[in-house]
Amino acid sequence: MEAVPRRARAYVASTALGALLCLLPLPATRTSWSAVALLALLYAACEQAAARWRVAGTFYPVLLAGAFLLPPSAAALVALPGALFSRADQRPRTLRRGRRAAQLVLGVWAASAVHGALGGRDAVVASDFPYALVPAGAAVLAFCLVLTALDGGLRALTERVPLRRAWRGLFARSLAPVAVHGLAGLMMAVLWRSPYGPVAALLVLLPMCVSWWAFAQYHRERAAHQATIRALVQAVDIKDEYTRGHSERVGQASMMIARELGMDDERVEVLRFAGILHDVGKLGVPTRLLRKDGPLTPEERRVIELHPEYGHEMVRGIGFLGEARAAVLHHHERLDGSGYPYGLVGTQIPESARVVAVADAFDAMTSTRSYRRARPVPVALQELERCAGSQFDPRMVTALVRALVRDGWHPAVTAQEEPRVPAPPAPVAAPARAHR
Amino acid sequence: MSARPLTVLIHTCAALLAAGCLAATCRTGLEERPTALAFGVLVTVGELSRWTGARVREAAPLAAAGALSYALLGEDAGHSTHHGAPQVVAVVLAAALLGSVPHLARGHGPELDHLARRVLTVGFAAVCFQPLYSRGVFDAWRGPAYALLLLALLALTALCDAVLAAALAHSRTGWPFGPLLRDELHALLGIGSAVCATGAVMALAVAVVGLWALPVFSLPLLLTQLSFRRYAAVRTTYRQTIASLARATEIAGYTPAGHALRVASLCRAVGRDLGLTRPELSVLEHAALMHDIGQLSLVDPVPAGATAVLPTAEQRRIALLGGAVVRQTGVDSAVAVVVERQADPYREQPVAARIVRAVNAYEEKARDAGPGGPLTALEELRLATAEQYAPDVVESLARVLARDSLTLPAAG
Repeated sequence: MEAVPRRARAYVASTALGALLCLLPLPATRTSWSAVALLALLYAACEQAAARWRVAGTFYPVLLAGAFLLPPSAAALVALPGALFSRADQRPRTLRRGRRAAQLVLGVWAASAVHGALGGRDAVVASDFPYALVPAGAAVLAFCLVLTALDGGLRALTERVPLRRAWRGLFARSLAPVAVHGLAGLMMAVLWRSPYGPVAALLVLLPMCVSWWAFAQYHRERAAHQATIRALVQAVDIKDEYTRGHSERVGQASMMIARELGMDDERVEVLRFAGILHDVGKLGVPTRLLRKDGPLTPEERRVIELHPEYGHEMVRGIGFLGEARAAVLHHHERLDGSGYPYGLVGTQIPESARVVAVADAFDAMTSTRSYRRARPVPVALQELERCAGSQFDPRMVTALVRALVRDGWHPAVTAQEEPRVPAPPAPVAAPARAHR
Repeated sequence: MSARPLTVLIHTCAALLAAGCLAATCRTGLEERPTALAFGVLVTVGELSRWTGARVREAAPLAAAGALSYALLGEDAGHSTHHGAPQVVAVVLAAALLGSVPHLARGHGPELDHLARRVLTVGFAAVCFQPLYSRGVFDAWRGPAYALLLLALLALTALCDAVLAAALAHSRTGWPFGPLLRDELHALLGIGSAVCATGAVMALAVAVVGLWALPVFSLPLLLTQLSFRRYAAVRTTYRQTIASLARATEIAGYTPAGHALRVASLCRAVGRDLGLTRPELSVLEHAALMHDIGQLSLVDPVPAGATAVLPTAEQRRIALLGGAVVRQTGVDSAVAVVVERQADPYREQPVAARIVRAVNAYEEKARDAGPGGPLTALEELRLATAEQYAPDVVESLARVLARDSLTLPAAG
């Protein structure tokens, strides 16, 4: 862990000071303390539930309901216990918790102040619709502004991003969810003040919690899904142990090229999958051939050259892979038409396949294989540039060179993979060999 | 599929109720038209945004919540309402029919089960609430007690709906009623509770602030619906990926084409017959899809991928290799356990592994054996129930095969 810069500490300290100033008028405030206690308890319970379900993000409806019901300093107090006892994943934990608590206190205070100034609390008591939506909307805007401004300020300080850029993205992303939470908070506040009381208000939270739970499930399932994609690749590693880690590295190089070409994030992700999965068809090639040392006969070469088609046959049923499927099928095509399986020429080859072809060749040259040692990165790039136009798309080669010059080549090394060393036999494959 | 008596009974009840309510409403005319229109629009919008395709518990949560809150609506911005139970059913039915027009136009058949359930549950809630309310029975229930009363009524309605859904599924598929009901009740905790709470909140909120409450509160529920839809979508892609992983052995030439899928669907049917819960069924299905994955570690394929005829020690070795692959995939570790233990003697196996073992052996024995194959294969399994195959699983397999005529393409 790197040390926290001193200016970040100073920033958090001044935020906390601001929060304390917000809470200062508390003793003089006349409010329903039981409501404050109940809301604070609710918020803390929601935070704990979030920690258990591992949901990222905060549960704002309770905080916003507090802002719509209570005077500013009392509403700000609601956020305090929940945020102070929340879970912080990374160290330094105390600093993170303190920052969070201070930000929320300031945000809720601002929301409540704006809401009160527009006469929102009377509108809530009288359930004066649609006017009640106006102060509530303004309060949501203020809440979102304060939170994102504080976050953006910290990012600008620590990561040296320009302040405007740091803030604008945050604001645009968080406004819509906070607005929906604001509507739920408004409904809670109105029901709380109605004859039906806090019981009815609690019911509002149930659908929000369920939606939240579904969101957490979604993220869990997505992570499991990506692990499964990796498994497809590890299945190849079982058969062909000399290429261990090759797929992941080709994925990374494809991603770098795609980024450099200015593709949007979704496409970059698809191209990463394309790189990871490009050799999945080797599953269909007999293990004896893959592990053969020494030159292959033309017959054997033809069998190995079937692997793009096998791979496409495997992944074509996976809908979300999109153009990555074409990349799996065509990653051995060459620009001059001398590649396989179809001998496509130039732009007939899908763009994704042209990206993966360059990434594949680059990693093949820079990693050690059974029959030769690894070449240094500059030599490999020279070789790629020599073949640009005949074998590779020059655009992709230039993009790779540019990205490598800027960021360098740091293939990710995961716990199980040691890409630079000829890999030891996979634990799974070992019994099979012993039995041979 | 032939109509079954229970389905016919439920549909007839729903049709009679709907016809009666429509006739009554036509005779008396609509009370409080703006309210009826607003709720009608809400239910229509909910039905329009219903998702089709993915198998989910409550396909149209917004429509369900809107219909239930209309059934339990006693006041509108402080004034008592006068719509009776027949009007509730009539409005909801009309809105639901209107909302399903685009689905019909896109070629999805009329979902009579869905419609019947909606009419019956809304009818139940309205009949429980509206007559008593208009006679002033609930006048003693004021404030928070009234909110709790609505919640209790909704819980009762949800129970009825679960029973109806389980009965319809039982009658349609022939799966045992008990586990189906258990699954339905289990699902009430998830989106079911959200629908109930939203129904209650909407009824209360309309009572306090009037019809403005409807758009304000539909938005958060739409969010819920969206999260569930995304969840369902990622589950679908996950299944596709596992199925592709399963086909790896087929493309590598280790097992015949379609073997994994056939074993998986037969395993699922047997699991249903034996009353496995929904999570257990999904573990079983994933394990069945990947049960042969261990063969990838073999340097030379087993002839025709038929592991059931190998010596036991060899079978267990391949099973362990498969388990090791599955463990790397990040799938639920229960799946890896099933794959690992598929070749153990059945007394030491978990239920899912027993099912995978028996079904896999059946599939391998029956697939190339000609017209009499399935019967001979079953007979062979029955003879090996002393140690290898669990007797109850083999009997369940026989029942499933007899009921669904799930014979193999090669044999049938």
